[in-house]
Amino acid sequence: MVAWTDFERETIKSIFGKLDYDDVGLAALCRCLVVYPWTQRYFGNFGNLYNADAIRANPMVAAHGKVVLNGLDKAVKNMDDIKGTYSELSVLHSEKLRVDPDNFRLLADCLTIVVAARMGADFTAEVQAAFQKFLAVVVSSLCRQYH
Amino acid sequence: MSLSAKDKANVKAIWGKILPKSDAIGEQAFSRMLVVYPQTKTYFAHWGDLSPGSPQVKKHGTTIMNKIDECVNNMDNLFGFLSGLSDLHATKLRVDPANFKILAHNLLVAVAAFLPNDFTPEVHLSVDKFLGQVALGLAEKYR
Repeated sequence: MVAWTDFERETIKSIFGKLDYDDVGLAALCRCLVVYPWTQRYFGNFGNLYNADAIRANPMVAAHGKVVLNGLDKAVKNMDDIKGTYSELSVLHSEKLRVDPDNFRLLADCLTIVVAARMGADFTAEVQAAFQKFLAVVVSSLCRQYH
Repeated sequence: MSLSAKDKANVKAIWGKILPKSDAIGEQAFSRMLVVYPQTKTYFAHWGDLSPGSPQVKKHGTTIMNKIDECVNNMDNLFGFLSGLSDLHATKLRVDPANFKILAHNLLVAVAAFLPNDFTPEVHLSVDKFLGQVALGLAEKYR
């Protein structure tokens, strides 16, 4: 059971409340596919991922970025039971999609950088700590059903 | 994951934009590391005040950035250039090399916050590779 301080709860809700999920979803996923190109292995059917411009313009990347952010939204709305909320998603990622869990950390780091770019000085060290703690719980919950 | 000509060009270009804000970015990177990854404070326990904005945190942020600036100017011989600093980290400071990655991450966050329009995914890739090479150079003498 994760212990959240009031500051952490408010910070997470505030950040996600202000994010444009379409914009940030695309930006984070695009950044992940560019900076860590081996992550492209999971998107063989996405067509043209040949370079950064192609990735940025790819409608399937945009659609999937939106899926990811909406998935995170579920965790934001259920911060006291992210583990339970993500149980099926964890099985999906391990049994069906077979994603190496290290990739969750890579995407989380890219999302952190995108949010830092959007928020600038408002993304203080304390806000970053809360955000990264939230993402660490998300990643841990996604890893739970891997055996 | 060695640096291509494109990577070196990207790093030099973004570094030109980082330089005027170098002290602020360095302070941000270093203090973010201490706040977000509190285990890193163990290396600086002798300093007393590790809060963001403290004189020592500011000074060390500047020290780090000045050194990375020199690395940018020595990208063609990074390991040779870092030899002495590697000795220092290996034998005297004995910082677990996993922490180099942590500092690199916080430097990327600070750069993204200060230069959101310039820190594109392509530039991020090159800087990430460059900082990875700096970390390897620093760890070279460890064992």
